Amino acid sequence: MKQGNKDYIRKGQPVKPVRHDTRQTKIAGGNFIDKLQAHRDLHAHALFSSLGRLVASPFTSIMTITVLAIAISLASGFYILVMNLQQLTGSLEISNQISLFLKDDVSGTHASKLADNLRKNPDVQSVKLISREQGLAEFQRYSGFGAAINALENNPLPIVIQVVPKNSLEDKQGLENLLQSFQRYPEVDFAQVDLQWVERLQSIMAVARLFAILLNLMLGLAVLFVIGNTIRLELHNRRDEVVIAKLVGATNSFIQRPFLYSGFWIGFISGVAAWFIVTVLMLILRQPVEKLSGLYEGSFHLLFLSFTDTLALIFISSMLGVLGSWSVLVYQLRQLKPE
Amino acid sequence: MLKFDNVTKRYPDTGDVLRNISFHLRRGEIAFLTGHSGAGKSTLLKLIAAMERCSRGQILLDGQNLSQAKEKQLPFIRRKMGVIYQDYKLLQDRTVFDNVALPLVIAGYGHHEIARRVRAALDKVSLSGKEKKYPQALSGGEQQRVGIARAVVNKPPIIIADEPTGNLDPELSTEIMLLFGEFQQVGVTVLIASHDISLITQLNHRVLKLDHGQLVSS
Repeated sequence: MKQGNKDYIRKGQPVKPVRHDTRQTKIAGGNFIDKLQAHRDLHAHALFSSLGRLVASPFTSIMTITVLAIAISLASGFYILVMNLQQLTGSLEISNQISLFLKDDVSGTHASKLADNLRKNPDVQSVKLISREQGLAEFQRYSGFGAAINALENNPLPIVIQVVPKNSLEDKQGLENLLQSFQRYPEVDFAQVDLQWVERLQSIMAVARLFAILLNLMLGLAVLFVIGNTIRLELHNRRDEVVIAKLVGATNSFIQRPFLYSGFWIGFISGVAAWFIVTVLMLILRQPVEKLSGLYEGSFHLLFLSFTDTLALIFISSMLGVLGSWSVLVYQLRQLKPE
Repeated sequence: MLKFDNVTKRYPDTGDVLRNISFHLRRGEIAFLTGHSGAGKSTLLKLIAAMERCSRGQILLDGQNLSQAKEKQLPFIRRKMGVIYQDYKLLQDRTVFDNVALPLVIAGYGHHEIARRVRAALDKVSLSGKEKKYPQALSGGEQQRVGIARAVVNKPPIIIADEPTGNLDPELSTEIMLLFGEFQQVGVTVLIASHDISLITQLNHRVLKLDHGQLVSS
């Protein structure tokens, strides 16, 4: 029976009418392994043909991918910026050091006397005196204004005494009282707790972090829409193909597959390009930043995108690609009726 | 195999295009669907191919009710029929082989099975050796035969042809009709929409005649 059924498609002797084996049309030919292989072949074909289609229209592809890469690199750039700033505040967290900026007319000897005095204070753990010359040298070294400072006749910097209070003075009120007492010294022009700066910096950081999250959400949405629109155009260009496939019994998931892979490739390549952009920008920034970090006694090293960050970046952009094309396909394929 | 039971198709702006159509095509039966243009031939074919749904009545294809089929089932219903179009509906940027293979690829056959069946189908329509050609490099008659090969490659129990000889000369038309006769002989149901009167009378098959949306003879 089965042999006869197969034969009708071949040329040759007429075969007597047989009942058509409808199971053939329900279950794809061959055994499970064959089906599995066929499925794998379909995916492999969709994977490579969609890449081939991107390469076939390089101009459009490059434009789309550039736009996406810039959007994604903005997002990851902000992420890495926040990460770096966080590292900065992280290292400053523990210091509740107080800086005393002395008045201009206080002499060096007077200042060191004052420093000795402060050392005797039971609430003080250590005292460090930074002379005008030391301050100037440090400033000259790191600020990049060396030549400009040489042009000045007088050293404009004050003498600074850095006081580290005892650890027992952790609470805010104790620190505040100590600060008040320092402020009352006639030699002190201005006393300031570095911790206040840390706190301010931390709240700025919190705002920056929130801003980065919101910005990344917006950029992610933009990526989603750009990819969705690209896929919509591709679907439009290949409308005939889609309609014919539908007419010969293609399911929506069969039709979607190559477009989802297109979305994946666009996202993936944009992600890799964005990583490249961010890394190049970071390399450009590294030297000036590390020079700047000298001002913080070298505690700061520029963080690059780590291996995990890079994987996450590429994974997220690939997924945005798939999601962007999927969201368009679900809607468009329902609209697309064979004529 | 194919049963229409009081089928009416109404479009909101043109009214009833088909009215109370009833007929039954048995397994292995061949029939012509004829009628003046605008009589509702293409609408009837669209109903069978599940491109449109009927407004009233029932269409049974191989025991399955098309009017009640869910959207998700339609692809699998379409795999049970081979449809041949007047304008061939071939993919111009794919080879003859790929065009014919499409239904098999969609149905998830392995590539050995696909190659074997495509070759057999092309052999059947006398197009062996043209696998690697593109449709544009073929004549109208050859393109039509590629369309036929694609329609039969999946061994569907029913074949529906919409004006399959519309663009062909009489000699080629007869050849293609003989081909349909061969499919019928192995138990395939064939429905051919045509207004080629000479061809229809020459072949002496069953004729379903539509007139203004009604079946006037069957």
